Amino acid sequence: MADSFYGEVLADHNLHPLHRHELADATHVCKGLNPTCGDDIELHLDIKDNIISDGSFTGIGCAISQASADIMLELVIGKTPDEAKHLTALFRKMIGGEISDDELEELEEAGALQTISKMPARVKCATLSWNTLERLLDESTHEH
Amino acid sequence: MSDAKNYKADFPVFSGNKDLVYLDSSATTQKPQAVLDAVNKYYHEENANPLRGLYELSVRATDAYDNARETVKQFIGAGSKEEIVFTRNATESLNLVAYSYGREFINEGDEILVAISEHHSNFLPWQQIALQKGAKVRFLETDHTGLYTKEQLEAALTPKTKLLAIAQISNVFGRLNPIKDFADICHKNGTLIVCDAAQSAPHLKIDVKDLDVDFLVFSGHKMLAPMGIGVLYGRRDLLEKTPPFLYGGEMIEYVTRDGATFAPLPHKFEAGTVNVGGAVGLKAAIDYINDNDFDKLIDREHELTAYAFDLMKNIPFVNIIGGDKAEHHHGIITFAVEGVHPHDIAAIFDADNIAIRAGHHCAQPLHKTLGVPSSARMSLSFYNDEQDIDRFISTLKTIRGRMGYGG
Repeated sequence: MADSFYGEVLADHNLHPLHRHELADATHVCKGLNPTCGDDIELHLDIKDNIISDGSFTGIGCAISQASADIMLELVIGKTPDEAKHLTALFRKMIGGEISDDELEELEEAGALQTISKMPARVKCATLSWNTLERLLDESTHEH
Repeated sequence: MSDAKNYKADFPVFSGNKDLVYLDSSATTQKPQAVLDAVNKYYHEENANPLRGLYELSVRATDAYDNARETVKQFIGAGSKEEIVFTRNATESLNLVAYSYGREFINEGDEILVAISEHHSNFLPWQQIALQKGAKVRFLETDHTGLYTKEQLEAALTPKTKLLAIAQISNVFGRLNPIKDFADICHKNGTLIVCDAAQSAPHLKIDVKDLDVDFLVFSGHKMLAPMGIGVLYGRRDLLEKTPPFLYGGEMIEYVTRDGATFAPLPHKFEAGTVNVGGAVGLKAAIDYINDNDFDKLIDREHELTAYAFDLMKNIPFVNIIGGDKAEHHHGIITFAVEGVHPHDIAAIFDADNIAIRAGHHCAQPLHKTLGVPSSARMSLSFYNDEQDIDRFISTLKTIRGRMGYGG
């Protein structure tokens, strides 16, 4: 897979996603849609005692949107909603091409999506799951 | 090897982008030097606000605009220049018909029949009119090959069907619909037919009288002309009774404090200062097509479509959407690659400097019906050549490997 088009990390998360499945115990569900390309995902989170204890996604999308969702869940599971929001803000900063090296480290594997900052046509694909996560977390704060 | 003329030499975009393979002509075509020169000449030598005619330059601008209308009239075989309305594009033409004719003559309980493969521009205006007037949109369904039959149409029409909205060539399937037969069936039912010719006008000869359509629309930019100029053809008696679309300058006769009378056709539908430069460009595009023998251009497109179709058909992981014969495809081949999202397909082609389209092609209900969220589309024009297709095919063969699939 060395000469894969998007690089090994993205190709791997797209072809073998860890978190692409239903989640029976989900406490929160939120849909995300890219009307221009038809990408349509659903994010499921299990939030207990202010910790995202588990999460998954379902739906359809291109390699970038699917890999991005998988990488994002890998990163935020085990974190608090506030930490997850902080990470979504960093991710957006990275896509905007304004992230520092220290901040990039916080994003761990999601840093593999930094190249998207140079592919304007794919920004919506990469940010779909992150925007969905942010909306889910915002809505869940309003509930309580 | 084909002995076709090297049409690419007429299109400056290719000398500025030597490595580009352009296979997105259904989205918009490239423009020949002759069109660019004509627009340039108009703005250099003849530009003035037309239709006022109080000085010589304005008269020349008016003539330029009028000549363009005459050329369009002849190109589609309309009965008179009054039946040719200039708009921005096919979308605006369809909105004009929906908002002006539709709002006046479609009533509560009426039905509007829309082909399921219609571009959103020939669906959403009707959906809106239906919502506003309490009418109902019904769909003429198709199968996975994009075929519509006379029997299907006859079964779908009811006494309440006021209008059928259908493209002559679908922008997804590339398949030619039997518009003449459909017009006949519709008229026997007292139903009007609105034909979207955006994808067909560049690829076949249109004769509106022979087709016997009531309204027909197309865009200049999909047939070598600049963006921002489009055409609405309407049967004269229908245009006469259709109220204006936009109100303002150039479309009135007398205006008083309490009311106004409107200019005769076609100016009634051309409010505001018109796009003379665009119309001049459209005339130059039609002249280019005629000067190069439209039949030859059409044959060349069929030849290239067949060449691409046969090569694509033989790649096991490529699924062509639509008819199973090259002649079903009129320059448009929509396809899927097993396991690879169309957005990724387009990105890989782009990395090899090959321009194709990916997405739902403004036909979301159709993609729902076909059971695929989106698809990739290559579309060609006579100015493509076998080398373009060869490069397209060689990238297509590498896509699964480059997405990390083994073997």
